[in-house]
Amino acid sequence: MAQRQISYREAVAEAIIEEMTRDDRVFLMGEDIAVVGGAFGATKGILAAFGEERVMDTPISETAIVGYAVGAAMTGLRPVVEIMRCDWMTICMDEIVNQAAKMRYFTAGRPEMAMVIRTATEGGIGLGAQHSQSFEAWFAHIPGLKVVMPSTPYDVKGLLKSAIRDPNPVIFMEPIILYGTSGPVPKEDYTIPLGQADVKREGKDATIVCWGAVTSRVMNAAKMLADEGIDTEVIDIRTIRPLDIEAILASVRKTGRLVVAHEANKTGGFGAEIVAQVQEKAFDHLDAPIQRVAANDVLIPINRNLELMVLPREEQVIAGVKAVL
Amino acid sequence: MAIEKEKLLSMFRTMVRIRRFEERVSSEFKAGNIPGSVHVYIGEEAIASGALAHLRTEDYIVSNHRGHGHLLAKGGDPKRAMAELFAKKTGYCLGKGGSMHIADLDIGMLGAAGIVGSGIPVATGAGLSAVMRGTDQVTACFFGDGASNIGRFHEGINLAAVWCLPVIFICENNLWAVSVPTSCSLAIHDIADRAAGYGIPGVVVDGQDVMAVHEVMGEAVARARNGGGPTLIEAKTYRYHGHFEGDAGTYRPQEEIDAWLKRDPIKLFQEKLLEMKVLTEEKAKEIDEAALAEMDEAVKFALESPFPRPEETLDNVYA
Ligand SMILES: Cc1ncc(C[n+]2csc(CCOP(=O)(O)OP(=O)(O)O)c2C)c(N)n1
Repeated sequence: MAQRQISYREAVAEAIIEEMTRDDRVFLMGEDIAVVGGAFGATKGILAAFGEERVMDTPISETAIVGYAVGAAMTGLRPVVEIMRCDWMTICMDEIVNQAAKMRYFTAGRPEMAMVIRTATEGGIGLGAQHSQSFEAWFAHIPGLKVVMPSTPYDVKGLLKSAIRDPNPVIFMEPIILYGTSGPVPKEDYTIPLGQADVKREGKDATIVCWGAVTSRVMNAAKMLADEGIDTEVIDIRTIRPLDIEAILASVRKTGRLVVAHEANKTGGFGAEIVAQVQEKAFDHLDAPIQRVAANDVLIPINRNLELMVLPREEQVIAGVKAVL
Repeated sequence: MAIEKEKLLSMFRTMVRIRRFEERVSSEFKAGNIPGSVHVYIGEEAIASGALAHLRTEDYIVSNHRGHGHLLAKGGDPKRAMAELFAKKTGYCLGKGGSMHIADLDIGMLGAAGIVGSGIPVATGAGLSAVMRGTDQVTACFFGDGASNIGRFHEGINLAAVWCLPVIFICENNLWAVSVPTSCSLAIHDIADRAAGYGIPGVVVDGQDVMAVHEVMGEAVARARNGGGPTLIEAKTYRYHGHFEGDAGTYRPQEEIDAWLKRDPIKLFQEKLLEMKVLTEEKAKEIDEAALAEMDEAVKFALESPFPRPEETLDNVYA
């Protein structure tokens, strides 16, 4: 029997519904998440299933939404809050960085800071410079936070369930362009551990490490390269922090060549961290300088053609791989 | 309503203990035993002591950078608090947090804070949590006049009001946010007036008068426990020391300081209790000596406690 196919947004909702059923301490808060089911439809049907006691629309108060979650988590609940767009995480950075991430450290490890902040991230749909950014590198910089960015419906269900069960604050980033994509997702309960990369394609000539929306473009590029006789290995890290560096190192030891691809800006992007760790730990295995494929260091333009120029596409991935061969 | 004798004495004892604790903090800071920056509560003791006399152990408080008084009034342990200020392993945060990060979940103290105003939405979250868990716990949230001007004040109180949560917001208006007087930061006289903007009661109280604080807090707690939602209490007060230990506070006019020193909350309450014949001079002395001895013990405990080991730096980042 063919496996059931559902969309990324349906997989998000399914994960939340399963976890809310499993644990009555889990609840949802955010802007427009209840009645309309979220700006991108990822929480549709949850209000109907659990009622307004556990699914709450809040005022437009990004700062406080995360603050409420901190208070609720410290007192034994497991809030899953939504900040509509990653771009607006800037408004609640203090709550994330200085409150959520630090409470356990201050309190001798006492409270379970079990809270998830979901947010739609990355660009690709013409929303412009304040609705298209992806700040995973900022969050990954903060000890005390976990950072996840799944690229498939299967991964988003399994990882979101793990994130909700995790006793730490998790920044859960959902690439906006992926909400409408579909893929096989088991109906039953399963989880994917945070911090475990997925080798999406095995190969021997070069390794491409990626995450988020660029992953499908990397897979396309790998196919095109295969047609030319270049055999690449593709690793979707899925979790930014904790990073599955061992999976990357194992691959680099095999191929000797590495390209890192992500959709966020190149300068200071998380790709730089991966490059640094690989040269620290596997320098002797490298046969060529590592290449980064990322967004140009400009704002995301509203014009669709220009946006495509900024975000990394198959073409840049292929060029990146050819540069390391 | 008349307050029982035991309760009056207990509030008095709390005030004296906070004062003596803070005096030791001040002198130990001068002696170089306390790293970082500390903000003492001297002059404001009546607020925490009067307000928290209504709270149970399982109720919550959210504190701020000037938090030692809130902690002690909620039942915190001066030894562990002093040890934390000394950055010792026996402290509340295992010597890794310091004055501005003390929390004690066993007594519902959800944390001091190094970021002005950060506790306000956290208190709303704790209030929401109590309602969702079906308890009748209330949350008291302390912050200063300065914090009332930060955006989170608005976001945090607004939703607590909309959702009718059991949270009491207590603004300790000591007239200054570091060097900026409220006359330069507020276009209104009473911060409590802002409550009208959220549709909740706002009350001004004399923060030097512990019985007055006790009374308004009693009404606010009863309202919160009975599902009547939040209250904003503004307690007018004054900090007798500089903003932080080591701050000479020269920006404040001497006449203003002198006027407020005349209204020392402990002195006022002691006079009142003597007049009410709840307290005698001997009993007052006994309470004070006990507090002095307790704080000596706390300092001794802190001095004798070990520092955390370097490898402990890495503990408790993740669960
Ligand atoms: C967000 C933020 N801004 C500035 C500071 C620096 N700061 C610490 S305490 C303080 C004044 C706070 O005044 P108030 O809230 O009235 O409390 P008080 O110290 O008077 O008790 C300032 C500006 C800070 N810690 N956090």
